[in-house]
Amino acid sequence: MKLVQNTVQEIAKDALLWEDRVPGGAHWSGIVRRGTTLRLTDLSGGANCSAIFFNHEEKLERYNMADTLKAQHTARLTRGHVCYSDMGRVLCSIAADSAGWHDPLCGPSDAATTRARYGEKTYQNARNDMLRNGRDGLLIELGKWGLSKRDLAATVNFFSKVWIDDAGDMQFVLGHSRAGALVELRFEMNCLVALSTAPHPLDPRPHYAPGPVGLAAWRSGTARPDDECRLSCPENGRGFHATELYYR
Amino acid sequence: MTQSFVESRLDPRGALYDKVLPAGEGWLHELKRGQIFRIQDIKGNQAVDTLFYSAADPSERYSAQDTIRAQRRIYLTTGSRLLSSEGNALLTLVADTCGRHDTLGGACAAESNSVRYAFDKKYMHSCRDTFLHTIVAGDALLTKRDIASNINFFMNVPVTADGGLSFADGVSAPGKYVEMRAEMDVICLISNCPQLNNPCNAYDPTPVRLLIWGGPG
Repeated sequence: MKLVQNTVQEIAKDALLWEDRVPGGAHWSGIVRRGTTLRLTDLSGGANCSAIFFNHEEKLERYNMADTLKAQHTARLTRGHVCYSDMGRVLCSIAADSAGWHDPLCGPSDAATTRARYGEKTYQNARNDMLRNGRDGLLIELGKWGLSKRDLAATVNFFSKVWIDDAGDMQFVLGHSRAGALVELRFEMNCLVALSTAPHPLDPRPHYAPGPVGLAAWRSGTARPDDECRLSCPENGRGFHATELYYR
Repeated sequence: MTQSFVESRLDPRGALYDKVLPAGEGWLHELKRGQIFRIQDIKGNQAVDTLFYSAADPSERYSAQDTIRAQRRIYLTTGSRLLSSEGNALLTLVADTCGRHDTLGGACAAESNSVRYAFDKKYMHSCRDTFLHTIVAGDALLTKRDIASNINFFMNVPVTADGGLSFADGVSAPGKYVEMRAEMDVICLISNCPQLNNPCNAYDPTPVRLLIWGGPG
């Protein structure tokens, strides 16, 4: 069977729902509904976007790193992969990707790792140039929806590449994502999305200069029967089926 | 890959606690700071799905991502510090005769089994059933919200340079063990994995032995 190739295309004006620009280091959350695609764009190159997804109607159902990796036999995410919930359903599928590799292993930065790398820069002495970290940004966004740190499970770091060598050691790739790189998350469920654009925790650059990420949501519809993500492995075929059962 | 094998000098006859946990069963137990906890793979190639929580505040829990990122290595062995979601050391691995342990593969569940293998696998016993029954029937104040990515002691999940991941034949064998020291008072939650659909248990889930010592002195 010939796969439908999902490639990066211009978003049609009548399909565009909204756009936003998240500055580097900032955090965002919102509802993205089934049939809507969220495009993330690395606007200046070298951005990182730590993200987590919840079923909006039942937030106990959330992105599950292990189930995502083992169902698809992968330790990276790119076009053709999907993000699984702990309930065996597809929260979103990666319908287009020009970066080629997104890190599902390392999780967000936190206050301690940020302080260790970049030093101390608080609101009191730096105002809004304070050094924000991924975990605290995500906790703020989760708090807006009544969630707590108990709900903050493993995240995906979009636009970052970390590969694993023979010893099992993590190798961060500097300069992996170029300006204009984008990834499209097509939501197959109504999701709460929380994200932080703080630096990747293994980014070795000594200066705190996280890049901004563009958001654009557009009406795409869900994965069609001949969709690449659905057909990329038999597991995903069953995952999409389980997702469709949920919405019957 | 380099594997370190470090043996323990502790004698099971001096243990405070010594229990055999059959496959498919759960275990919830508190470990006091300084205590040494050993999990022994009695018959070989068993997977022991394990989670840890701070006993003082169970909302602080084991974090697979923080643990592997801090040591910059995805496998766990002697010297690995098991970090919490707050970046604190819950336990440190102090002996290991297996060589490496997984923390990416997570726990089996009815829902993930039906995705991974076939819809008719849904009603097989799973680690998540064990985790949930153990915490909901017990009095641990934990719920599904608290079940995050776990450790799979003795399980082998190699990752390749191009980003591939597989469940491979075990690297464990009868009598292999891993031992860890509690760095704070922790709650340990175990499901001794009943998975029959992949080689994580060599298709034959078996009992494990759990031992606790009061401390190195």
